[in-house]
Amino acid sequence: MEQAINFLSNHRDIIYILILSVIVGVEVIGKVPSALHTPLMSGANAIHGVVIIGAIIVMGQASPDNIPALIIGFLAVILGTLNVVGGFVVTDRMLEMFRKKK
Amino acid sequence: MENNILQIIYLLASVSFIIGLKMLSSPKTARQGNFLAAAGMGLAVIATIFLYQGHEGPLGNKIWIFLGIAIGSLLGTLSAKRVKMTAMPQMVSLFNGMGGACAAAISLIEFGHIDASSPTGMVFVVVAGLVIGSISFSGSIVAYAKLQEIMKSTKKLPAHNILTSGMLIGITGLTTWMTMGHIEPGTFYLLFGLSLAYGILFVIPIGGADMPVVISLLNSFTGVAAAFGGFLYDNQVMQTGGILVGSAGTLLTVLMCSAMNRSLTNVLFGAFGSGSSATAGAGGPKSEMNIKPTTASDVALIMHYAKKVIIVPGYGLAVAQAQHVIHEMETLLEANGVSVKYAIHPVAGRMPGHMNVLLAESNVAYDKLVEMEEINEEFAMADVVYVVGANDVVNPAARHDPSSPIFGMPILNVDKAKTVVVSKRSMAAGYAGIENELFGYPNCLMLFGDAKKTLTEVVSELKAL
Repeated sequence: MEQAINFLSNHRDIIYILILSVIVGVEVIGKVPSALHTPLMSGANAIHGVVIIGAIIVMGQASPDNIPALIIGFLAVILGTLNVVGGFVVTDRMLEMFRKKK
Repeated sequence: MENNILQIIYLLASVSFIIGLKMLSSPKTARQGNFLAAAGMGLAVIATIFLYQGHEGPLGNKIWIFLGIAIGSLLGTLSAKRVKMTAMPQMVSLFNGMGGACAAAISLIEFGHIDASSPTGMVFVVVAGLVIGSISFSGSIVAYAKLQEIMKSTKKLPAHNILTSGMLIGITGLTTWMTMGHIEPGTFYLLFGLSLAYGILFVIPIGGADMPVVISLLNSFTGVAAAFGGFLYDNQVMQTGGILVGSAGTLLTVLMCSAMNRSLTNVLFGAFGSGSSATAGAGGPKSEMNIKPTTASDVALIMHYAKKVIIVPGYGLAVAQAQHVIHEMETLLEANGVSVKYAIHPVAGRMPGHMNVLLAESNVAYDKLVEMEEINEEFAMADVVYVVGANDVVNPAARHDPSSPIFGMPILNVDKAKTVVVSKRSMAAGYAGIENELFGYPNCLMLFGDAKKTLTEVVSELKAL
């Protein structure tokens, strides 16, 4: 019991972020017209590309003689960028279609 | 100092994600919302490269980082710009898989930095990031391959559900085992392989119609994987971004399921896959149905003299790239005083909103696209309903036949119209793999052939009238 309380107390920042982000995520999606589901999913897809930051950190901290880490890190940066850039561009293309009506 | 600036930038980026996502949920602000989130992301990435202070000082290997970003941006922009509107869902899936692979790659490297003395929480996020990232990666690639029709069948291994459940138990068990401090490379790579295999087997049996649900689910998985990366580096922007997508993606998945009146477990583990397609295959097409084929000129004629026409577009329209021709037909009819509307089923196409995007591409006015609840009352007043490339979403069996696999799914009540014209390549069953009794109804005419070809014929007949 005491351990659990200590754990919660020590990690309260993360727990705050966790709970608030979950609520915000649910709230934001709640009232979306179904016509926008696809662009929204695509936009959310681009946002989780934020994992690229982890790839940059891992790559930037890899020591120059650790070849496997450098190769995997380099690939991770490429993949993460693909997720971010591709995701935002594809979303923009979908939304462009909504704009030029009539 | 640098670190403090970085933290403020991360805060701004997190806010840009939240506001961006919010703006994405309204048609007016969606584009700016996407741009805002992208700007926040760009800022966070650049700030990380220059301002991040690790235990060993600022980041090195900057040349490689920039090169990686340059390659990724180039490939990403080119593929996103070139992809056809119809191939959009699989493109999203592919990009999602890249994110999952990125998360898994981070864990692969970070595994080299943990040992038995590492904090339990750190071991857990490394292992969990690997598992979820890998599942998301392999699952998304299979979803891509299936939608792109590189991989066609929906295979099910013998005792598939038992096998995948067993794998899931194994994955959970090994994750727990490692978190408890058993840091062996062998276990780690076994877990890696098991997760990749699980992702493949998880998606393989799922039918094409359910693919959007799966992509949305995998999307939220990658969000969670990104959040684990955030916990690993105590990086708030990764945490908020990841969790935000994780929760929003999960809710979106549930919304898609409820649009089909099915539960998520039903989509993932049962129903359409094995049982129904087996019966459809064995039984073959029902012979007692009285099918009435028609011609393009007849269809043109009845629509020309109709007052009200409702078009029901489905995925077949997208496949045939017929969205421009259909808009031409609509314009011709409208010029002649016929009221034309489009009925959009929530799951028409391969993703919710897929049809809206496609039709908007060919300049169909936004207000002509009517959603299911609204248009269902209008079918009884329609003279002609033109169903093009849709099947399961207009099957009346969903209303009255409890034995049908799609029973209870909300459908478009096209059978209430005076005449229903169904444009279809053949009598083949739809994605749910079941017969459509509508085709045998007295008011239903079948217009066989490729959607675009038949529509073009109808258009030229309309011009001749």
